[in-house]
Amino acid sequence: MRPMKTMRPIKTMRPVKMAAAFAVAAVLVGVTSCSSAPDAAQDKTLKIVYQKTDAFTALDSVMQDAKKEFEAAHSGVKVDLQPIQANDDDYGTKLALAQRSRDTAPDVFYEDTFKVRSDVDAGYLLKLDSYLGKWDDWSKFSEAAKAAGRADDGGIYAVPLGTDTRAIWYNKAVLQKAGIAVPWQPESWEDILAMARKVKAADSSVIPFTMYAGKGTGEGTVMQSFYELLYGTGSTLYDEDQKKWVVGSQGFTDSLAFLKTLYDEKLAVSPAEALDANVWKKVFGEWFPQGKLAATVEGSYAPSFWKKGGAYEWGAYEQDMAVAAFPTQKGQQPGSVSMSGGWTLAVGANTQNPELSFQFLATALNKKNALAYDINNSQIAVRTDVAAEPGYLAANPFVKDVSDLVEVTHYRPATADYPRISTAVQVATEAVITGKQSPQDSAAEYDATVRKLVGEDKVLQK
Amino acid sequence: MNPRRLLRLLPITPAILLLLVFLLAPVVWSFYASFTDAALSGKAAKDPQWVGAENYVRMFSDDSFPMATWLTVVFVAASAVLGQNLLGLLIALLMTRSRKMVSDWVGTAVVAAWVLPEIVAAFAAYAYFNRDGTLNQLLAVLGTHGLDWLYSFPLVAIILANTWRGTAFSMLVYRAALADVPRDVSEAALMDGARGWQRLGFITLPLIRNSIATNLMLITLQTLAVFTLIWVMTAGGPANASTTLPVLAYQEAFKFGDIGYGTAVASVLILLGMVFGAVYVRLLRERRP
Repeated sequence: MRPMKTMRPIKTMRPVKMAAAFAVAAVLVGVTSCSSAPDAAQDKTLKIVYQKTDAFTALDSVMQDAKKEFEAAHSGVKVDLQPIQANDDDYGTKLALAQRSRDTAPDVFYEDTFKVRSDVDAGYLLKLDSYLGKWDDWSKFSEAAKAAGRADDGGIYAVPLGTDTRAIWYNKAVLQKAGIAVPWQPESWEDILAMARKVKAADSSVIPFTMYAGKGTGEGTVMQSFYELLYGTGSTLYDEDQKKWVVGSQGFTDSLAFLKTLYDEKLAVSPAEALDANVWKKVFGEWFPQGKLAATVEGSYAPSFWKKGGAYEWGAYEQDMAVAAFPTQKGQQPGSVSMSGGWTLAVGANTQNPELSFQFLATALNKKNALAYDINNSQIAVRTDVAAEPGYLAANPFVKDVSDLVEVTHYRPATADYPRISTAVQVATEAVITGKQSPQDSAAEYDATVRKLVGEDKVLQK
Repeated sequence: MNPRRLLRLLPITPAILLLLVFLLAPVVWSFYASFTDAALSGKAAKDPQWVGAENYVRMFSDDSFPMATWLTVVFVAASAVLGQNLLGLLIALLMTRSRKMVSDWVGTAVVAAWVLPEIVAAFAAYAYFNRDGTLNQLLAVLGTHGLDWLYSFPLVAIILANTWRGTAFSMLVYRAALADVPRDVSEAALMDGARGWQRLGFITLPLIRNSIATNLMLITLQTLAVFTLIWVMTAGGPANASTTLPVLAYQEAFKFGDIGYGTAVASVLILLGMVFGAVYVRLLRERRP
């Protein structure tokens, strides 16, 4: 401390003090002027947030078209497109983080149907009823589609872009080589195993029938694998009437046991491959086109990867591939089972321009744009006028097959607890395919996890 | 405090303010949020409620938390305290005796991993240990079959990757420290007949003791916070076998949207860092030889 005394006379401290005061003042002015800037701007800007990946550009092109259309019709309004490059999980997180603050929340955004209810609870979504009443096109949406955006209070908060179903996709050439007649339609789980064993016997280098499992593939593990099994046993994940989660069902154990059989008999990929988050890319990009995979469960959007301009272009997919409905466990009614999801567009609750934002949403979902999106992304149309378009029906040879599955489809429970329950299911499948636990033990652990997550009063013992 | 001393603090006030706003405030907020049910979505996102110690109670009854803590301690001990620290010291010692060209080449090779941005280093390590990766291709040349390293030995793979990436820092610290060791002390010991390991143990190491403690503190705190490397290589899997506390906190807060629980895990991580820090600070303060 001693040298300080001789440093400089006290008088010169004053300019230093003033400089510091100026610096602080400058920082404060900078901060406040930043926050007032948007008010000063004359032109209105709409911020649009949606997902875009190397394998998913269909929405981006629709948004580009809608932007041009909208800006031409509304002079003085600027549309600011902000695509987020991320997978579904990370997109949801980024969107939710942006919505937490008024300043970063988007005006219009792409929203997963199963998050609508919990995001309405969070106050992120604008109620659209008064705008929909004035929108002529709303009557063109099917009833099921309208329900996709409905929250617990009965109001509509989101408008769907399209929906999807899930089915068995199989390579006809591979099945025929193993002596299996096509078209092939299994009537029970046993039929699937019989086919797979036959394919394996014919050529052991082919993967006969794989189903996703483990945490790596995330929602894919449940939507394109486990739920087809579970809902085909007559059991369910969540009792919608009693609003309780089902535990201790035989169907749950049976479903795990089926996965165990597939992986133990090496009818599926190796557990190490199954746990790789990128395994689906190999399914679409390598194994099916190269004839190394006989069959798997995948979404109705599969052709969007293979068609011209898709991420894994494959000219022969229309001839080589075929669709079969996923059968119920023992062929019980209704004979087959499917799962549906789908995405919507919604308006931010805190938007400065609700009317304009809804107008943009309506533009992006008009007949022309909806048709382009449904065709490019191999979606099942939710607008009746799009569904009747010849161009839509001819988009790929499988449109009718996968659309018919809407009759037997199921939806995920759209509650705030769901993401954790889904992970618990993924953990259960991972424990079984890696041989860490038997189906019984794994199901018991799932039950214990669910009890811990949602509490005893929200559990239904079967 | 007299007014003059207060005045002297003035020039550093902006810096202190910035530190408070950008470093302390998030830590305080994290502690606060860990006592609420704050969430990314649902009712709790709009109006978070005070839940007391509920998140901490849940944490200690949850199997994944003790496991993540244990994995974190193993990861830090093996990759930082043992791996980076000892390897860095060894390389620095060897470099003092090797020819200039050799030491230059070795130095460049080691520092190369350090220069890479974390995400690039993580992808490089992923590409190396992957099923079809470099390591298995090298093994194939030698005629042996490799394993799926990231699946069979996830923790070992991330420990090796972090050691590879961070050794340069320890090496640089120790090279600087060794350069400061007075040559005459060593030479005097040599004249007295001290062997190589005796000179190392009784002369060199005690002289660079401060550098060792500083180095250990820095690399420990840095390794405690490693996230990108693990997330890219294994994402915490398979079956949580490489889920350390930062990965767990991220999963809880952002994958499950449970910010309250995620910040509780993060708060424990901060405490763990403070414990390590306090131990090393004590080491630094102890009497010098």
